[in-house]
Amino acid sequence: MMVAVVALTRSRNLFAVIVLFGLYSFLTATVMVALDAVDVAMTEAAVGAGISTVLLLGALHLCNSEEEKPAHKPWLPLLVTIGTGLVLVYGTWDLPAFSDPVAPIHTHVAPRYLEQGPRETGVPNVVTAVLASYRGFDTLGETMVVFTAGIGIIALLSRRRYVRRGKQ
Amino acid sequence: MKNDIILRVIGKLLIPFILLFALYVQLHGDYGPGGGFQAGAIIAAAMVFYAMIYGLSTARRVFPDWLVESMIAGGVLLYLAVGFAGLYVGGNFLDYFVLDADPVTGQHRGIFWIELGVAITVCGVLLKIFYLFTQRGQDQ
Repeated sequence: MMVAVVALTRSRNLFAVIVLFGLYSFLTATVMVALDAVDVAMTEAAVGAGISTVLLLGALHLCNSEEEKPAHKPWLPLLVTIGTGLVLVYGTWDLPAFSDPVAPIHTHVAPRYLEQGPRETGVPNVVTAVLASYRGFDTLGETMVVFTAGIGIIALLSRRRYVRRGKQ
Repeated sequence: MKNDIILRVIGKLLIPFILLFALYVQLHGDYGPGGGFQAGAIIAAAMVFYAMIYGLSTARRVFPDWLVESMIAGGVLLYLAVGFAGLYVGGNFLDYFVLDADPVTGQHRGIFWIELGVAITVCGVLLKIFYLFTQRGQDQ
């Protein structure tokens, strides 16, 4: 993953960058599998590596395939990024250790979902039970977000076409 | 890529299985990994694959624009309909256990329909974005 990221930042050829993005997504998916989050890994592989690669290639078709030289020096953004990263690392010091059984996240509602979930919903996959049943309202909100994204894309991209036709 | 015979044959072989896998992910989401979002993304990926091999116009004949656009809204409406069905039968909004005499069967029923709604919306949105991007390339 480190190699992919370094190559991403160094490369000026946008086609190579898009392919490296796909590679990075697949590597992230394998990390998710290693963390036992198969549902997330599946989404990452299908959306991150599959569809967004195709969409970026479609966008590349509309513009130049070589990145322009940056107009300004990268020092200020670099400083901001490193500063934010350090603050985030500082924040992780207060988090409980990885797979700590008494961490707050494991003692709040998670045990109830794990114990009662299969009995109450009859769904063996706890992820689906929480996502669709206990947190049905959140999932409705997520679907609304996807819906809004689609409507926004339609409003942005198809309107411009009509405007151009009107001028002709 | 329209005239590449290897891609055409392999695509013809693979796409039914991709769609079958998407249905498996959708319907088996209760028992294994997967669910509506993943299934919708996989169906959209299969359609993008189809459009890349056989051309955008063929894909738009299979999945016309009006169908994709109504899928975007239809999925959300299906989800909301399940919520209001729970309200109608006498529970709270998005209560599933009232949908059947047996609460567990009701839960299954509710989860099935809302996952279907999520899949329809995700698939429609991803396909619409793909259509709009590629179509801009062809207009110019």
